[in-house]
Amino acid sequence: MLIKKPAKIPTSELTSETAFINRRSFLKKQAILGSGLWGAGLLGSAQAGLQPDDSLTPENVVTSYNNFYEFGTGKGDPVQYAHEMNTDPWTVKVSGEANKTGRYAFEDVVKGLDVEERIYRFRCVEAWSMVVPWNGVALRDILRQFEPKTSAKFVEFKTLVRPSEMRGQRAVFQSIDWPYTEGLRLDEAYHPLAIMALGVYGKDLPNQNGAPWRLMVPWKYGFKSVKSIVGIHFTSKQPRNSWNVLAPHEYGFYANVNPAVSHPRWSQASERRLPSSVFNPNRRPTLPFNGYAEEVAGLYEGMDLAKFY
Amino acid sequence: MQTHLTVVLSKTAFFAALSTPLAWLVWQIAIEIEAPTTALGADPGEAIVHFLGVWALRFLLLAFAISPIQKLMQQPVVGRLRRMAGLYAFAYALLHLAAYLFFFLEFEWEALLEDFVKRTFITVGLVALICLTPLAVTSTLGWQRRLRRNWKRVHLLVYPAIAFALIHLYWLTRDGFAEVVLYSVFFLFLVGFRWVKR
Ligand code: HEM
Repeated sequence: MLIKKPAKIPTSELTSETAFINRRSFLKKQAILGSGLWGAGLLGSAQAGLQPDDSLTPENVVTSYNNFYEFGTGKGDPVQYAHEMNTDPWTVKVSGEANKTGRYAFEDVVKGLDVEERIYRFRCVEAWSMVVPWNGVALRDILRQFEPKTSAKFVEFKTLVRPSEMRGQRAVFQSIDWPYTEGLRLDEAYHPLAIMALGVYGKDLPNQNGAPWRLMVPWKYGFKSVKSIVGIHFTSKQPRNSWNVLAPHEYGFYANVNPAVSHPRWSQASERRLPSSVFNPNRRPTLPFNGYAEEVAGLYEGMDLAKFY
Repeated sequence: MQTHLTVVLSKTAFFAALSTPLAWLVWQIAIEIEAPTTALGADPGEAIVHFLGVWALRFLLLAFAISPIQKLMQQPVVGRLRRMAGLYAFAYALLHLAAYLFFFLEFEWEALLEDFVKRTFITVGLVALICLTPLAVTSTLGWQRRLRRNWKRVHLLVYPAIAFALIHLYWLTRDGFAEVVLYSVFFLFLVGFRWVKR
């Protein structure tokens, strides 16, 4: 329903629903504000790069089929166990090459920012994909509040470490060195398509989707879009990201969706669009930069994408 | 008569036990057809591939465990069950391959060739399956008679079959190595037991 107009909308035209963020459940407010707009025809939805056959992945699938190894390695573990994580209160520690560092309450950081609905394709490195209506704020609007110095070239994000509430962190024979860490080049993070998601399907993010906030960088594999963030670090050096540390030849720093560069263990040329069914794997070709090439390819001009995978 | 009855009963029970995972899977698929994503989740194909792979490995380990169990229990009937466990493992592995061909490759044969050559975890899975094939073919009494002492030699292939299946699992595991560690320790324990009780 939401995707009435499959036509490409240039990023310059991404409109925003303005919503005042009022501690928790701010999305309810936004939904009220937004409902009139939806009726009037999708003013609030960013649809950059959507294909004619991209229909929304049902909400129950988006919130029940997740990779969130802090709660276990099975796709069903997060929905089962993530409720054990307490997200209120939530603080973020900002550090590194910025003028405003220190601890901030989550609410204070997002207060007053515009929450927009963004319908994005979501492509996991494991060759499955979804189409998800996120509610989020421009990542750059969050980062700029901390006034990064000119020496800051990268930004690093860390997920919560709390083994008492995150059973995956208590598991034996798991090899991620918590906290789960990801990073972006600052110009990538400032790209208008990069958002910090606060909600999905018009509701606050469920824990299994990375409450209270998680990155959503739609042209990169899902593992870049780190969840339940408690640390933001500005740095002049390229940070090491968790999966790259674990298996450097399989997962790079950039992790841009690229059908031409296969993962050593499987091809990335196609993906299974979820939900698939027992009759139909629902395979479709994977698009360069997950279909957002027009918007983001410029960030990587002159780079050998096979080398910087 | 007593022993004959025991054999029939234990074989039937074993047959039922070995069929249970497959019956369960069929049941889940039936639910999926009625109400998509409710039984096997958002990606039923992946769930099916994984389920069949896991049970192939478990039944292979079970088949391998039967000789030692027989030695411990001094019950010849147990030995009769070995062939059934092995054949079931082979059947689950074939279905595993078929599910992978359908759900992951949609029978694109070039993609299969590419996987066999380029993806080492698939290559070792294939090697494991190749090791199992002569075991399945020669599992009948006729072949046992025909091969005589060589039959035992042929069936030494079960060692590489399990080893390659474990390497397959180890290489496809992204994180959460508890499962592959558990199966490997069990396998090594059985190998050690056989070696000691030679
Ligand atoms: C040509 C032969 C084979 C092929 C092409 C194949 C392919 C695959 C694939 C694609 C996966 C899923 C990987 C992933 O999602 O990351 C898998 C998983 C698995 N396979 Fe195989 N396989 C083969 C033979 C075997 C054999 C012979 C066994 C055991 C006897 C086996 C046991 C397993 C196990 C235990 C898993 C993991 C399931 C899980 O983690 O839940 N495979 N295989």
